[in-house]
Amino acid sequence: MTTTAPGPGRSPTRERPAPPRRRPLTLRRRESRAGLALVAPTLLVTIAVIGIPIVWTVVLAFQRVRLATLRKTGLFGEFTMDNIDRVLHTPGFADTLWVTLIYSLGGTVGSIVLGLVAALVVRRPFRGRTLVRASMLLPYVAPVVAVTFVWQVMLDPQLGIVNHWGQRLLGWDAPVPFLSQESTALATVIAFEAWRYFPFAFLFLLARLQAVPGELEEAARVDGATPTQRFRHILLPQLLPVIALLGVLRFIMTFNKFDDVYLLTGGSAGTEVVSVRVYDFLTARTDIGAAAAQAVVLAVVLIVFVLIYLRFFGRRVG
Amino acid sequence: MDRDAVETVSLRWLRRLVIAVFLVVTVFPFYYMLVLSVRPIERLLLDPGALVVGFGELTVATYAEVLKATADGGQGFLTFIRNSGLVAVAATVLTLVVAIPGAYAVARLRFFGRRQVDFLFLAVYLFPSIVIAIPLFVVFTRAGLRGSLFGLVLVYISQTLPVSVYMLKNYFETIPVSLEESAAIDGAGRLGIIRRVSLPLAMPSIMAVALYDFMIAWNEFLFALLFLVDKPDRWTVSLGLSLLADGVEVPKTVLMAGSVVLTLPIVILFFASERLLTEGLTSGAEKG
Repeated sequence: MTTTAPGPGRSPTRERPAPPRRRPLTLRRRESRAGLALVAPTLLVTIAVIGIPIVWTVVLAFQRVRLATLRKTGLFGEFTMDNIDRVLHTPGFADTLWVTLIYSLGGTVGSIVLGLVAALVVRRPFRGRTLVRASMLLPYVAPVVAVTFVWQVMLDPQLGIVNHWGQRLLGWDAPVPFLSQESTALATVIAFEAWRYFPFAFLFLLARLQAVPGELEEAARVDGATPTQRFRHILLPQLLPVIALLGVLRFIMTFNKFDDVYLLTGGSAGTEVVSVRVYDFLTARTDIGAAAAQAVVLAVVLIVFVLIYLRFFGRRVG
Repeated sequence: MDRDAVETVSLRWLRRLVIAVFLVVTVFPFYYMLVLSVRPIERLLLDPGALVVGFGELTVATYAEVLKATADGGQGFLTFIRNSGLVAVAATVLTLVVAIPGAYAVARLRFFGRRQVDFLFLAVYLFPSIVIAIPLFVVFTRAGLRGSLFGLVLVYISQTLPVSVYMLKNYFETIPVSLEESAAIDGAGRLGIIRRVSLPLAMPSIMAVALYDFMIAWNEFLFALLFLVDKPDRWTVSLGLSLLADGVEVPKTVLMAGSVVLTLPIVILFFASERLLTEGLTSGAEKG
């Protein structure tokens, strides 16, 4: 790095004398070198810890690797389509993909709708607004392990407060095991997702709302537009690009999500998403090849979805 | 009354109602966490619906148990706190050391591949971490880095780098170039300019990024689970809590105390710096 960083305080004019063997660097080239030098550590870390592993996952997906045989397998062992084939034909794969899709769509829509409502209600100043706004961000900043644990306890059939009051006030016949029965587990996980990530949408939408010029709404009001009409015809069109962008971001992030589902249900009761399945292959079955193949399938499916999305909404996002 | 007046009045009330509902929904789980953590388990089993703690039943024994070392019959959370703190601070500092020059370069200097760097970070940011986890798991197993906090720090740096560089870059771009140029005319070199002009000006943004990095590292779960699960003395708070919650031996109230211990530092940091952080996170949003 020391070779490329330009010396301090040297101006190009001072380097002119004496016919130089090498031509002195122009300012432009020095800038370029400095830029590369400064960005090099970032690139190195990113390539070493993220770039290479991604490539390697793809390689592993086409190899027969188990944790036990790991030491014997080289980077370029024999390649096989076995893993991909096995993954695609294992029972439950299609279900997992379907569940992941429902979960991602539900979580995305839920969090954006909640975030939009939240942004609309705290848009105008009122007393205690700062505190309200900060409180609304709590689910997003709090540690995932802590909030999933609290949800588990709240929804617990024996000592959970939800079932206690549900039976007392809402007249439920029996406690509902929200997270362990097929009929409610996925919906509960989606509700958690919406609860935990609506602050993300809220932040972006609020920032955009505050950038909408006041005159626009004022003019609409003078023309006799009611509040709902102003929302429909003035605010919503202004927000659509952000909503479209949030749609992609949240969908991708939810699709990749591991922690939330793993911590809430462990993937049982019909909530097994692809990431959790990959984790199970990796640790419980120590079948690295299959895990990698699964992960590659996950990434490919994700890329396809995003491309489809961009095809339809690309202009709005851009 | 015409439609406008009806809507205005009803929406005003609806708005208050919605704000109240949002407040309850977001804050209640944290309140519930706090309440359970100071109730004895027997009282909880008798009356799971209570929302306030009676003076008679208030206890801090749960905290004592969760913090005490395992040798003394506790759950050893003090060790976990030390591990988490160590990892989070190291990851934050190292991320900044790497990200600041990188962000400066992307914001200010024209170099080959500068445009691609942006795209690269976005792609990295959105790529499934489980895909990265597999080979890292393999490599760390081979290199004997599994079970080492250093390996974890390395992973956390890579996880926080994209957003850190992005946020810092946005901020550097708002600093007028003329300031740096006048420093250059006064004879300062590139590094001198960064150190004496750009860094002090970017301090608010750097603080925001540091807080963000710390929170991500403190809260992280997947990689801690993959790398540290066999070594209880290396567990982070998140990992320790989740693994203990899987079993049935530890009372829920004690674990709630653990949740409070895990959440409190983040909540304090967050409320102390809320403005800084939200502005930092969305500073690039207006453009989109």
